[in-house]
Amino acid sequence: MTTTLTKPAPAVEPKRTRRSKSARAGGTMHAGPIAYTILALFSIGSLFPLVWTAIAASRNNNRLAETPPPFWFGGNLFHNLDVAWNEANLGQAFLNTTIVAGISAITIVVLSTIAGFAFAKLRFRGRNILMLTVIGTMMVPPQLSIIPLYMMVAKLNWADQLQAVIFPSLVSAFGVFFMRQYLLQALPDELIEAARVDGASSWRVVWHIVFPAARPAMAVLGMLMFVQAWNDFLWPFLVLTQTGNPTVQVALAGLGRGYTPDQSLIMAGALLGTLPLLLVFAIFGKQIVGGIMQGAVKG
Amino acid sequence: MATRHDTAAPLAQEGGAAPVRPPAAPTEAERRRRARLSRRWQRDIKWSPYGFISPFFVLFLAFGLFPLVYTGWASLHTVELTAPTDMQWAGLHNYTRIFGDDFFWNAAKNTLTIGIISTVPQLLMAMGLAHILNYKLRASTFYRVVMLAPYATSIAAASLVFVLLFGRDYGMINWALHFVGVGHIDWQNDKWPSQIAVSSIVIWRWTGYNALIYLAAMQAIPTDLYESAALDGASRWRQFLHVTLPQLRPTILFTCVVSTIGASQLFGEPLIFDANKGASGGAEHQFQTLGLYLYEQGWVNQHLGRASAIAWTMFLILILIGIVNYVISRRLRASS
Repeated sequence: MTTTLTKPAPAVEPKRTRRSKSARAGGTMHAGPIAYTILALFSIGSLFPLVWTAIAASRNNNRLAETPPPFWFGGNLFHNLDVAWNEANLGQAFLNTTIVAGISAITIVVLSTIAGFAFAKLRFRGRNILMLTVIGTMMVPPQLSIIPLYMMVAKLNWADQLQAVIFPSLVSAFGVFFMRQYLLQALPDELIEAARVDGASSWRVVWHIVFPAARPAMAVLGMLMFVQAWNDFLWPFLVLTQTGNPTVQVALAGLGRGYTPDQSLIMAGALLGTLPLLLVFAIFGKQIVGGIMQGAVKG
Repeated sequence: MATRHDTAAPLAQEGGAAPVRPPAAPTEAERRRRARLSRRWQRDIKWSPYGFISPFFVLFLAFGLFPLVYTGWASLHTVELTAPTDMQWAGLHNYTRIFGDDFFWNAAKNTLTIGIISTVPQLLMAMGLAHILNYKLRASTFYRVVMLAPYATSIAAASLVFVLLFGRDYGMINWALHFVGVGHIDWQNDKWPSQIAVSSIVIWRWTGYNALIYLAAMQAIPTDLYESAALDGASRWRQFLHVTLPQLRPTILFTCVVSTIGASQLFGEPLIFDANKGASGGAEHQFQTLGLYLYEQGWVNQHLGRASAIAWTMFLILILIGIVNYVISRRLRASS
């Protein structure tokens, strides 16, 4: 009975998807020249400020104080990069930001995967209310917690030290939610059951089944969290100083203020601060796009 | 589920030994060993979930939930930046002080107008862009990554570039505008131009991201819906209105909520847009947002208690917006 019921189903499924796919491919949804024109305009709008950052960074301050503004590269790029690097304390800033973003991303990914697994696949008392708490605070803006955190930092004498930025960045309610949504559908219950029957403890299940199954989502979450930590501005700005122990964003914010009025140097700094992430996006862009879209459907 | 594991585990233990030993007569020691294993098993099933969520929750309580609540507590006290651990009870004084401050209302108004100028065009453009990206395209991945490039750019870097592009005398935008007969606009010191300029940073950074979220939701719409709409003779525009938009409603709400929250806490863009005026948000506070006002009260004027009160006021406003959002979405659902 069950076999006769289940057997035709797989035969129907692929047929249906194939039909609808061919309807889409052959049908009304092809992009025309207008669509391509609009896309081209948006692409230029997206990239122009970035390209122009590089153009401005390759000029000098006098050239930027003329009309019309420059549209092509000059010969000053490496000189400006060099000066900006030293003046804005960018070497220190890069090291600091890499440490902060790295620790933050790795910790969030591991903790979120384990907690997300518990929320997705295990039963325990209080599960729903705890999950709701997590989702509820996902929407709370960070400004609400900076004052007590600042008091903590003052009390612990952590001002201008990296741990002041690292610790608050280790938690992400979004991460737990993201991993839970992924594991709900990506991790079959039978796999866990089978391991249980073999006598595997919960930690062994996590290590040998959950982590391998979650790997794609972990990579995406790791990249998103790295980008977020790299670009985080408000909190590092409050507890770190530009001249002491800055992250890249804190150092960049200092560039705009009086002490280097040279616009081409400011642009060189902005370029240096952005380049690492742009490289990451150029290499892993497809995966990051996929991750954002995947998170969106379920969110 | 849990009960099934309880029975399954001892069976598995026996499974290996069964052919060798008659299961009917286990020795006393064997039975005790098995009971111990089973107890350990039950403990594992019962407590390991808490073990799995506790590392997250410990950090979450310390750096997420506790500060949130404590901000409310601090808002009822006089606390100075110079001695942040020294708190004196002040009741609602901080709140009355804020509500009597013209700059608070100015910042609230600016946050609202900048929020509208940045969010509405952003989401409309994102919707249109998603619609186009949903066509069959050559090099579709390329366009998606390009649209996301601004998202990779930090607030600080983006703001610095836009300051230059919006420069009054030598900026690219004024130069381009003079071709269409628009005179020199002072993007930094005039009220509306400065708000538009600050908003444009937000729009630039987030349009592509939101477009990808809409695109993902569009791709999840079953094609049958479009096919039957097409059979009924619906034009492409009508398909968009009557199939795409209703199907996207939860996603649209989601992006509205996220953008509202983002707009309410706007800080870095206006701070850097006039870096030398800093927290005041322009010479005449013309683009000072609530986020900047909070920073000014707490870190420039050094009143942390008052800053906490601002934070909680912002929180209450957000909750209010959330409730309004919820009511509207329920109305919409009921009416369709």
